[in-house]
Amino acid sequence: MSWLSANRDYVLDLTLTHLWLSVLPIVLGFVLALPIGWFASRHPRLRGPLLGAGGILYTIPSLPLFVMLPPIIGTGYLDPLNVVVALTVYAVALMVRSAADAFSSVSPSVLDSSSASGYSPLQRALLVELPLAGPVLLAGVRVVTVSTVSMVSIGALIGVNSLGSLFTDGFRRDFTTEIFIGVAGIVIIALVLDGLLVLAGRLLMPWSTAGRPVRTAA
Amino acid sequence: MSVIDGSWQWFTDSEHWSGDSGIPSRLLEHLGYTALTVGVSAAIAIPLGLWIGHTGHLRGLAVALSGALRALPTLGVLTYVVLLSGIGLTPITVALTVLAIPPVLAGAYSGLESVDRATIDAARAMGMSEWQVLTKVEVPLALPLIVGGVRSATLQVVATATVAAYVGLGGLGRYIIDGIAVSDYPRTLSGSVLVVVLALVLDGLFVLLQKAATRSRTVTVPARP
Repeated sequence: MSWLSANRDYVLDLTLTHLWLSVLPIVLGFVLALPIGWFASRHPRLRGPLLGAGGILYTIPSLPLFVMLPPIIGTGYLDPLNVVVALTVYAVALMVRSAADAFSSVSPSVLDSSSASGYSPLQRALLVELPLAGPVLLAGVRVVTVSTVSMVSIGALIGVNSLGSLFTDGFRRDFTTEIFIGVAGIVIIALVLDGLLVLAGRLLMPWSTAGRPVRTAA
Repeated sequence: MSVIDGSWQWFTDSEHWSGDSGIPSRLLEHLGYTALTVGVSAAIAIPLGLWIGHTGHLRGLAVALSGALRALPTLGVLTYVVLLSGIGLTPITVALTVLAIPPVLAGAYSGLESVDRATIDAARAMGMSEWQVLTKVEVPLALPLIVGGVRSATLQVVATATVAAYVGLGGLGRYIIDGIAVSDYPRTLSGSVLVVVLALVLDGLFVLLQKAATRSRTVTVPARP
């Protein structure tokens, strides 16, 4: 623990970088997956191909993807952008499926009645479908969040700094304390982000507390 | 584009297709780590998942534990265990097993939970023992989801087994890690392509396996007593 107090600024700096490299792909992935998932849920014939493409993207291992991106998107090999882009790809691949499931879970009679009461298609999507799909979307975002926070550390192998750097550094110096602090830091970030998501869910969707099914217009 | 050309040259170089550091032996090492880890995880998580799914006990604990294991970074666990126990198969098996247990466990218990309660009640009413209910009704009906859990575990393990090379082991990760170390990016790219192809091939095999498991469900309907 004396190592931690001696290197507090270094660890804090890595923690903030780690947080940044995790949150960016999660947010970007969510924003991109939402319309794709909505589209897939409304066009059953395209649903299979879209979700299948997501599944294939997700089978690409992270370390290889980090190093395959530079020649494709023209970044440098040690650019943190590679990690952000790769993790965004995974986030989209995972979340498109849960977004499609979420929007499909909205009862058609609710859609019809909202159209009948004068909602435009855009209003209906934003004011009716999105809130009702919320609980399933939240579950998807939570899975993506935990796995993204953990995967950022792999970037240390290609020289992108994060709490994962404590693993490579601790390994080179035969120093388990440093590795332990890295693992603890990552688990804490994952738990805090997950807790924030649960809290946001409670605040934004007070009608869906744990275990209770989504309220539909009966 | 030169990296892609370089990678093409790397693949067509016959030197890279033989010997201890050749593609076939690296591929076998990679498959070996994967099979060992998935085997160990399945041996732990499938019985546990079936027990949780059958009895309904400790479900909350299993969900919480899986979530906590998912948050553990493989690279951290791997380097930590290597420093504690030395280089060898133990660290990579431990690190990858931690990664593989949550999906296998989730597949097993959610598979059993997906079985219609009425079917289970009917099996009990016909006089089946708990063991028969489990092995003759629940497991056959849950098989596609159980296989699905093993499938996602396998894919994650194949992808992540690349980090074995970082702690001095073999596998396809060697090309990636060594390539990065000496800035030989064509080699790194070639290693990456090999891992992606292997992952896609294994995923394809699992799709077939899941289809077979789904088909087998219609055959294993319990006979009338």
